[in-house]
Amino acid sequence: MAQMNMVKAINLALREAMTEDDGVILLGEDIGQDEGVFRVTEGLMKEFGEERVIDTPLAEGAIVGCAVGMALYGLKPVCEMQFSGFAYQAYHQIEGHMSRYRNRTRGRYNMGMVIRMPYGGGIRAIEHHSESREALYAHNPGLKMVIPSGPRNARALLIASIRSLDPVIFFEPKGIYRAFREEVPDEVETMPIGRAVVAREGSDITLISYGAMLRPTMEAAEDLSEEEGVSAEVVDLLTVSPMDTETIAGSVAKTGRAVVIHEGPRTCGVGAEVTARLIEKSFFHLEAPIRRITGYDVHFPYFASEQAFLPNAERIRHAARETLAV
Amino acid sequence: MPRRNIKIETRVEYLSILDDRGRVDTALEPKLDGDLLLYMYRMMLLTRRLDERLLNLQRQGRIGTYAPIRGQEAVQIGSVVGLRKSDWTVQAFREPGVSLHRGWSINRIIKFWGGYEEGCAVPEGVNDTPIAVPVASQLPHITGIAWGMKIRKKDDVVVGFVGDGGTSEGDFHEALTFAGVFKVPAVFVITNNQWAISIPRHKQTASKTLAQKAVGYGFDGIQVDGNDVLAVYVAVQEAVDRARAGKGPTLIEAVTYRLAMHTTADDPKKYRSDEEVKKWEKRDPVPRFEKYLRDKGVLDDKTVAELEEDIAERIRKGVAEHEATLDVNPVECFDYLYNEVPAELEDQRAEFAAALEREGVGTGD
Ligand SMILES: Cc1ncc(C[n+]2csc(CCOP(=O)(O)OP(=O)(O)O)c2C)c(N)n1
Ligand SMILES: [Mg+2]
Repeated sequence: MAQMNMVKAINLALREAMTEDDGVILLGEDIGQDEGVFRVTEGLMKEFGEERVIDTPLAEGAIVGCAVGMALYGLKPVCEMQFSGFAYQAYHQIEGHMSRYRNRTRGRYNMGMVIRMPYGGGIRAIEHHSESREALYAHNPGLKMVIPSGPRNARALLIASIRSLDPVIFFEPKGIYRAFREEVPDEVETMPIGRAVVAREGSDITLISYGAMLRPTMEAAEDLSEEEGVSAEVVDLLTVSPMDTETIAGSVAKTGRAVVIHEGPRTCGVGAEVTARLIEKSFFHLEAPIRRITGYDVHFPYFASEQAFLPNAERIRHAARETLAV
Repeated sequence: MPRRNIKIETRVEYLSILDDRGRVDTALEPKLDGDLLLYMYRMMLLTRRLDERLLNLQRQGRIGTYAPIRGQEAVQIGSVVGLRKSDWTVQAFREPGVSLHRGWSINRIIKFWGGYEEGCAVPEGVNDTPIAVPVASQLPHITGIAWGMKIRKKDDVVVGFVGDGGTSEGDFHEALTFAGVFKVPAVFVITNNQWAISIPRHKQTASKTLAQKAVGYGFDGIQVDGNDVLAVYVAVQEAVDRARAGKGPTLIEAVTYRLAMHTTADDPKKYRSDEEVKKWEKRDPVPRFEKYLRDKGVLDDKTVAELEEDIAERIRKGVAEHEATLDVNPVECFDYLYNEVPAELEDQRAEFAAALEREGVGTGD
């Protein structure tokens, strides 16, 4: 067991995946010589060479499009978008081909590829560097949308994503890249894509979140228990699509109350989908309306306002209290 | 059915007027009056000093990540000083020299890097676009604005910018394709500063020059010494004149160098040598132009000292103005999104304001 932060854990997963499969190829801007603008690919070009850790010209469309070609040819490309805000330059390849090729060819070609991208707020960055647009990819058939919340599950889920023969969008919560360290097992560990976990057990209310928002959600749960004697259960989605309905519905069947928390905009966001599933599966268990604490339906503000904008433990607690009061 | 060579009309010129030591090629020297020359120098110096100050403010934690422009002053000032007010400029993301000339306040320039939306609020009466963060995404806008001028039968032009890295993006290809087909009055200036973060120019494209890319779009490309403000000025003005006369777009590759880091979050030691930087420091556009002006008798020690003093004072005032206006109402993120605000959004705005109230964050509402 070694203690590491999320950057190191993702780096470890990439190294392990490249070691176990020589078809794993990394492509991205500044990932080789510079070792990534967040240093996620540190040491990898030195270890695996320029043919497997590729510093590309500045063109996201070609990074993803060429990766689609490599996947057609049977390689396992892992692309890095420097920030999720620059993946739109590749969106025609993601929607138009990456998500469709398997279906289009009636299973003849798999799209075993991954696009990693840092997403989310909290790093005092300029415009286009702080958004959370996971719902876009979750809405897109044919993609799997994975978002880890800590070093250990980041490593395990990235290994699983690279091994998968389906295309995975892997969102990295950059706001917590270096926020904390966790024990990460020495041996290769994976977690199933499409499974949520109960991150904290409780009986009065279910708080559902993922990614960087898991931390304030856990904090809110602890405070509720310490200050108000409320037993809050926390579900960490880990995979946004396909969503683990069983785990969230199972939790709400027990608690009867739910708050969903995410950074991205509210309308048609992941919270809307979670809520719809709970209405469909857990309607008769619900004792109060489901609440959403999310980013608002506006563009992420410039960083002077970002801390005020981001959902926090206080807002989550407040919503939980209101839900419990019903 | 022969096999033969197709004759392609190509013209890729290279232009340099001042050499590294500020000696002028008199045959190419433009006839500019002393006031304009002095103004160009003043703006280059202001751009440099503001850049130094911003780096400094970043180091002190008084603004966020900053993208310095040291070494690129000649491209920025030389490209825009000959424009009319009714012409447009379209920036990439590190052209404070352009903003300063076009009438943006220092406060507003700092505001962007300080994390305030006001940094993108184009001042009234200024026909510019603000910083465009997604690389090359501004290029089709250059074509579109110029197209509008053509549709409205104006003899205005657009001068727009992109980096060497930006030429690899699809938007570059598409914007220049359209510009050529519709023969719009646009001048595309590539600030080839040799680096796109850690990727050197030769890994960005196998093309020998960036200027020659124009050939594929059916218009002229010219490469200029981007550290020679006279060469930049002459090349852009010739392109502007052609555009005004309805002769279509031009691509200008200004060869320069990013003397500082990509941004303050970057460590260039990981990918480039100090020797390379030192080599380019010798070609610094500011002292080179200064030497020329001194030789010409336009500039002397006294004038330089006065300029420095005046610039220091302007920057001091700009920083003070910025720091006197740091309060921000976070709820404002709702206020400019739509012309007609949906009722639903008003509810969310109220929800946000109430949350801030509980958390003790002032909203000024
Ligand atoms: C579409 C897009 N991809 C990636 C980035 C991240 N990024 C910011 S600047 C930059 C390099 C730009 O190089 P160049 O065009 O040469 O401009 P320079 O930085 O040299 O001014 C990159 C990759 C971005 N802003 N936009
Ligand atoms: Mg560059």
